[in-house]
Amino acid sequence: MKSTTAASHRDEIKPPVTEIGVIGWIRANLFNGWFNSLLTLAVLYLLWLIVPGTVKWAFIDSVWLTGSEECRATDGACWSVISANIRFILFGFYPHDLQWRPLLAMGLLVALLFYSRERSRWNKTLAWAWLAGLFAMGLLLKGGLFGLTAVESANWGGLPLTLLLSVFGLTAAYPVGVVLALGRQTNMPVIKSFCVVYIELIRGVPLISLLFMSSVVFPLFLPEGVTVNKILRAQVAIILFTAAYIAEVVRGGLQGIDRGQYEAAESLGLNYFQTMRLIILPQALKIVIPPSVSILISAFKDTSLVVIIALYDLLKTTQTTLSDPKWMGYSAEAYIFVALIYFICCFAMSNYSRKLEKELDTGR
Amino acid sequence: MQATTAPEKIPFLRDPTKRSILYQLVTMAGVALLGYYLINNTLINLERQSISTGFEFIEKEAAFEIGESLIDYSAADSYGKALLVGFLNTLIVSFIGIILTVVLGTILGIARLSTNWLLSKLAAAYIEVFQDIPVLLQLFFWYAFFYEILPGPRQALDLLPGVFLCNRGMIFGVPHYHPAFGYAAAAFVLSCIAVWFLRRWAIKRQDATGRTFPLFRASLLILIGLPAIVWWFGGAPTEMNVPVLSGFNFKGGITISPEFTALLLGLVLYTAAFVAEVVRAGIQSVGKGQREAATSLGLRPGRVMHLIILPQALRVIVPPLTSQMLNLTKNSSLAVAIGYPDFVSVAGTTINQTGQAIEGVALIMIVYLIFSLSTSAFMNWYNKKIKLVER
Amino acid sequence: MQAETISDTHPIIEIEEMHKWFGDFHVLKNINLTVHRGERIVICGPSGSGKSTLIRCINRLEEHQRGRIVVDGIELTKDLKNIEKVRTEVGMVFQHFNLFPHLTVLENLTLGPIWVRKTPKREAEETARYFLEKVRISEQALKYPGQLSGGQQQRVAIARSLCMKPNVMLFDEPTSALDPEMVKEVLDVMISLAQEGMTMIVVSHEMGFAKSVAHRVMFMDDGEIIEENEPEAFFTNPQNDRTKLFLSQIL
Repeated sequence: MKSTTAASHRDEIKPPVTEIGVIGWIRANLFNGWFNSLLTLAVLYLLWLIVPGTVKWAFIDSVWLTGSEECRATDGACWSVISANIRFILFGFYPHDLQWRPLLAMGLLVALLFYSRERSRWNKTLAWAWLAGLFAMGLLLKGGLFGLTAVESANWGGLPLTLLLSVFGLTAAYPVGVVLALGRQTNMPVIKSFCVVYIELIRGVPLISLLFMSSVVFPLFLPEGVTVNKILRAQVAIILFTAAYIAEVVRGGLQGIDRGQYEAAESLGLNYFQTMRLIILPQALKIVIPPSVSILISAFKDTSLVVIIALYDLLKTTQTTLSDPKWMGYSAEAYIFVALIYFICCFAMSNYSRKLEKELDTGR
Repeated sequence: MQATTAPEKIPFLRDPTKRSILYQLVTMAGVALLGYYLINNTLINLERQSISTGFEFIEKEAAFEIGESLIDYSAADSYGKALLVGFLNTLIVSFIGIILTVVLGTILGIARLSTNWLLSKLAAAYIEVFQDIPVLLQLFFWYAFFYEILPGPRQALDLLPGVFLCNRGMIFGVPHYHPAFGYAAAAFVLSCIAVWFLRRWAIKRQDATGRTFPLFRASLLILIGLPAIVWWFGGAPTEMNVPVLSGFNFKGGITISPEFTALLLGLVLYTAAFVAEVVRAGIQSVGKGQREAATSLGLRPGRVMHLIILPQALRVIVPPLTSQMLNLTKNSSLAVAIGYPDFVSVAGTTINQTGQAIEGVALIMIVYLIFSLSTSAFMNWYNKKIKLVER
Repeated sequence: MQAETISDTHPIIEIEEMHKWFGDFHVLKNINLTVHRGERIVICGPSGSGKSTLIRCINRLEEHQRGRIVVDGIELTKDLKNIEKVRTEVGMVFQHFNLFPHLTVLENLTLGPIWVRKTPKREAEETARYFLEKVRISEQALKYPGQLSGGQQQRVAIARSLCMKPNVMLFDEPTSALDPEMVKEVLDVMISLAQEGMTMIVVSHEMGFAKSVAHRVMFMDDGEIIEENEPEAFFTNPQNDRTKLFLSQIL
């Protein structure tokens, strides 16, 4: 038998033109087979029906910074409904000349979030910075200290309220959730069953029933003469609700820890609390960071439900604006604006959680 | 611990069993104290505000109207009946919503995985956008869409022949009542039974002779054909009850209220984005090697899907899919915000009128707990069934 | 056992001037290969050299863009009927077994015969049990793949292909995902298959296996068949420098 050596014409033959370059890409991704070609044409037709009309409505025929009279005159979108009412939509009834304070608080929050995005910066100092930051944000909103004028919580509203409810909600719910998760994992039947009943009960009912409870039942629980303001009651309902979901996520993390870790910790002579604090929780909480971000996203979206118990969050201020006869009938524009705010926040968070997930995947 | 020491000599707090009992007793006492404190306060408050307790109000006259109802209801009926109306409204919107969501979500999930770049990116954009906007905001948007953007009945949009969209809701024609439709429905039930037997026969025959039977096409033929034949022999009634504009509104046909349509639209479009992700993840969870192994045995693409991919993908899909269905049901409680009389909305009105907040909120929780518990019972059963098969 | 010459029988696989690209990347360059009935070929080469892609082209798991591939007189074109026919004639064993986890071992084996060959169930099960016996695993028939060891799974995968009564068997690195102690049980099955005269194309680095059963050994690098020879000559006297380098690394 012969032994052959390779033909020398390597690199001379190119793949057929229909397989590479722009043509190849279009063929492979849009027109491979008659069915896909049909789909592409159908989608293109659909886009042709929707996009030009929408662009005309939203950008070409639209008015931006006018009064309501100009809006009545145009066929396009009336973005003026937002520009004319932006301060009320964003800050609600917060005193006009003090609105720099919630704005500053939100800036602080964004700065903290932005700085914390790298995992390498996560350390004790940052945790303290967060605590101090949250305190400063609360102070900026409420005032009454350091010469800041106090602002009644009844006047809080708009985007700061939405952020307050979700950020403080998650921060306060996390420890509760961790305790519930640990309780569910113990072998003490009474504690375990309390935790199971709590978690399943809360997860089984819609958030709105808890909000109802906070607004109509909760006052009955308190002794005579003691009242708690509406925002705080809603905040408690959100914390109780979120804690149950966090507990389930943390439980997933605890179950992901190898049995050997418990045994190794025990054999070092650590007791239950030491084992949990030093060995198990640091690992479990690291696993559950991405699902925790998902919970933050849903908590952020869920705060919009406080509209139903008449708190002036971002959605409620928008609705109030729309009930002004001058601006009636521009719901689409206003809701699209609010949707855009929600979308940007959630999209940033979910992208971040995907990035983290990838990092953690390789980091383990 | 030395083995020689007698057990009773261990100090109380060092015995894990006793310590655990102590912890649990302390917890129990704490919970009991808290419970006592709250209940005591509540009783005092109730007495002070002279609010009655108990569920007697259920039999009292409700004295409020409900916008839409599946059963006969008037303001003179009891609170119990009003609540039942709300419950049925929750059921119907969830039921239709779940069906539409599964259909739309599956289509979107498959589109997301399509090799068609345009379609896949479009599906991805849909999923991202609709997941990231609060469902309540979407409900408000659709509600405003009906009341502000859609024209009145006189300029109603004629979507399809006989289907109108205007600020009174969606209106479409239905066939006039005729006994032939009843017979056709009966024939449909019969053909379902026939298909079941046909399937058994086809499997038996294939086991015995190896010959395959085009079951899907044959079933489709029977399911459509038999009722059609019955309808034909019943006189082939084609007369439609078409909505006609008379004065300021439509007459005839069926009108679906803007509230119901907006709620359905919002819930379906929102939840479908999540279902699409579930479906995508399920299909992707089946490795590429499975498809390759099956095709290299000579199986056709349709059979590969039916025999290899789907059975494995469904195991991954069903549990999160059920929890999405439950989410849809829970989110249907947001109906209260746009004035659709679901259970929460009716219960809310009841609370306002009777002042019996505790009972009202308890009722809401119980109803949703029943939904949740039956869902988790189903999931446990399903997981156990899968485990039995795979171990 | 020593390889005997088989040149009088007609070819079962003919590949002429075949090229394949992944996008711009030229994975297979001018492949010419003729396999006769009963012939056994082992293909080796560094990873990424295109050897797996080559055998995946033979049952059209990958599409080639130039040249011809003819299997048992049927040319592989876009015609689905031909592709289906070729796939039923050609058995394939994968590196990662690819057993169907939701079916029992027996159901894995009868799936192809029942749905492709339209065999009655009873008969398909008898065939399946016969081949399970042959790969020495008959007691596991009612278990699920997840309950078997890697070596057992790979033997089931071989039996699954055999149940289709193929004319050619393709093996894509059948032992490289296995723990060392399980390699032998799989190779034993493959050797006994060879002794029965099955036409086999094996992508593998198991040189002992190549020496004992192959008629020809090929070395591929960079998408080309660099060198082919009888095993004896291939291992003792490689001609090409790249072959020498490769052999020095793995032996």
